[in-house]
This record gives sequence, structure tokens and C-alpha cells, in this order.
Amino acid sequence: MSAKALMAWQDLALGTAICEPGSAAKLKTGDWRSMAPSLDEEKCIQCGICLILCPEFCISEHDDGFFRPDYDYCKGCGICANECPKDAITMGREEK
Amino acid sequence: MLNEVDLSKYEKITAKTIPTEKGISSGHRACQGCVEILAMGMVMKAVGRNVIVANATGCMEIVTSPFPQTAWNVPWMHVAFENTSAVASGIEAALKIREKHGKLKGERPKVLAFGGDGATADIGLQALSGALERGHDFTYVCLDNEAYMNTGIQRSSSTPYGAMTTTSPPGSNSIGQSTWKKNVPAIAAAHNIPYVATASPGNYLDLMNKVRKAIAIDGPAYIHIYAVCPTGWGIKSEKGIELSKLAVKTNVFPLYEVIGGKYILKENKNPKPVVDYLKIQRRFRHLSETDVEYIQKRVDAEYAHLAAMASCAAPEEEENDE
Repeated sequence: MSAKALMAWQDLALGTAICEPGSAAKLKTGDWRSMAPSLDEEKCIQCGICLILCPEFCISEHDDGFFRPDYDYCKGCGICANECPKDAITMGREEK
Repeated sequence: MLNEVDLSKYEKITAKTIPTEKGISSGHRACQGCVEILAMGMVMKAVGRNVIVANATGCMEIVTSPFPQTAWNVPWMHVAFENTSAVASGIEAALKIREKHGKLKGERPKVLAFGGDGATADIGLQALSGALERGHDFTYVCLDNEAYMNTGIQRSSSTPYGAMTTTSPPGSNSIGQSTWKKNVPAIAAAHNIPYVATASPGNYLDLMNKVRKAIAIDGPAYIHIYAVCPTGWGIKSEKGIELSKLAVKTNVFPLYEVIGGKYILKENKNPKPVVDYLKIQRRFRHLSETDVEYIQKRVDAEYAHLAAMASCAAPEEEENDE
């Protein structure tokens, strides 16, 4: 098996089934992003609409009650900023 | 005659009880701002974990299963365009027989079939019709992004009139897509199945509750979901949900349910002009004013037809007379 290969064919499950659920999370899609959302906690009313409408399913509720994205997966589409009823989320250029 | 539909097992979702459990994990390979995967995620949240999914070829199959990884947290099977409903029927029949022989532990899993508009309106239509006619207890969800997006935006029979795709290019002798969108929910309803609904991810509570109703009833259910494709439709990635709401507000995609043959329309008292919906999409940019007028007239006529269907209440008195 070459160093580049993901796995050897001998290791595949019967019928090329994938036995590990949710393993796509190994790929951090956050590096697709050019614009990043940032939350203004003064304006945020913690309604959680951003959590429901995130197509990456990467926004979660934190212990302090605010909803924040996981930047490992956020692709920076901007739906959360566009749909926020209080305009608490703004999109800014990603800092490298 | 209209069917009696048992909705006693239906558990309603309210704004405070929206499930957060993810049926699809992060790290899937959908485009930025993909509303189709969002709609699918909402369906999975409403259904929960006790489910087996059959998924037709298409965008959603490609982006969620980059071998050797998968974004699915539930049992999932990729099937060809043609036979999604047939495979879902087979899964349902196998579960039924295992339950009969006492080999199934716990509650019988729900069976869900996902297809895009190509897999539903074009290629898989006869298998879908067969499964609906045989009355299997499963839910078919069509995620309608109005063209074959995964192979590069080719027209399907679900593409709306006037839309630009790579196989319906506008020009001096062409308006773009020359035919009107195929009405698949009406075809499903014509099978006289217990539940048919249209849903939009912009109205997320409505969508999730329609899914809950579909899985609660016995027998086949069909849900047609409007899934915005920013890449194929030529809109900005953040506008997907806005456009989903606009499609409902302009009556381009009216939300309705058909429960046991009875139409229930979500009324839209002050519809916005269709041009608001058309002008923000690049695929409609070439349309002239007369084209827009024609689309407006036809959208109004289709909405009036639906409203007329919904106003025909179930003729209970007549049934009692019989």
C-alpha cells in the first residue's frame, strides 16, 4: 500500500460498506471559507435560528447560552448572517 | 371516496422542541449555502435515529458519501436513479416479515427514500408510482432543486418555464426551458395515498411537522421539498433561505397538504409579484416583460386551482347518505 493511499483494498468491508458512521467529519471543510461569521453578543437574543438554518450543521449552543459555529467546518456561506433577526452576525474577510 | 387517515401517532414539533440530533454529520462536501442538504438535515432531525434510508443517485448521495467516509449517522444505502422506491419497498417488506417472525428487536424502524427531482420526476417515476400503488409503509422525500445539478445543471422535467440550464440555453430562438414544471405532488396525490405535502426549508417548523405527519401515518407518504441550489440558480450563497421564503410568498411554490385525498392549502393572502422571485436569479435574467407576465398569469391560475381544490371540503354528509 502506497503512502498516499487512504486504505488497502484488503481492508475494505464486504460490499464496500462503510462501517463507521459520520466519518466525513474527518475532513475539516473550514478551509473552503473566504468569509467568516462573527457574533455580536450585545445584539444576540439567543433565539437559535442560526442553528436551525446552518447547512453545515456546525452551529451549537454553548454553556453561556450563545450559539456559535465550529470554524473547523463552517464554509462561510453567510446564511446565518442573512437570516439573523437581530443582525447580530456579520461576515468578515477571513484572516490568514 | 376519501380515505380515513390516522394521525394519532403524530408528535408535533414546536419552536421550543426542535430536535438538535444530527442525522448527517458536519464535514459533508455540499457547496457553500446548499439548501438541499439543509432540507435533508431538517428531515433527519424530524425523523430521529430509528430509520433506514435509501438514497437515489444525485447531489445528496455524492456529497454525503465520499468513499471511504460517510456523513450519515443512520443506516443508509445508495441506490440507482431508477429503483429508489423499489429498494425502500424491499426494506419495508423485509422489516415487516422479520417483525412477523419475532426477529426484530425494539420498534420497527421507519423507512425513508430520498431522491432529487431527476430521480423523482424523470428516471424513478415508475418505481415511485409502483411503490405508492402497492401501499408500502414508507416516506418518499423529493428534494427538488429543479435540474440535474450534480452533473452540471442539465434540465429535468421539474425545471421551471424559462429557466436557463446548460441543455436549455436561452437565445434568439429559445426562451430557455420551454415547458412548464411537472406537477409531481399531484401525480403522487392521484395514487390516493394517505399523505402528500409540499414543504420549503424557509418554513422549517412546517417542514419538520409535515415529515412527522408523514412518518406517523401508516402507508406511503410523499413530501416534495423545494431545495434552492445557489450554484445552479445563480444566486449568492447566503440568499438560499431568503429565496425559499420568497418562492412561497410569490405563490411560485405554494405549500399544501393532501391528507386522505383532502387538500389543505396554506393561504397566502397578499402574494408578492413573481418578478421579485425571478429577478434575483441568474437563470431567469434573460426573460422579457411579456415572459414574466405569462409566468405571473400561469402561477396565479395554478394557485387559484389549488385554492379551489382546498375549498372542496370532504363531502361527509354525502358519504353518510350512501
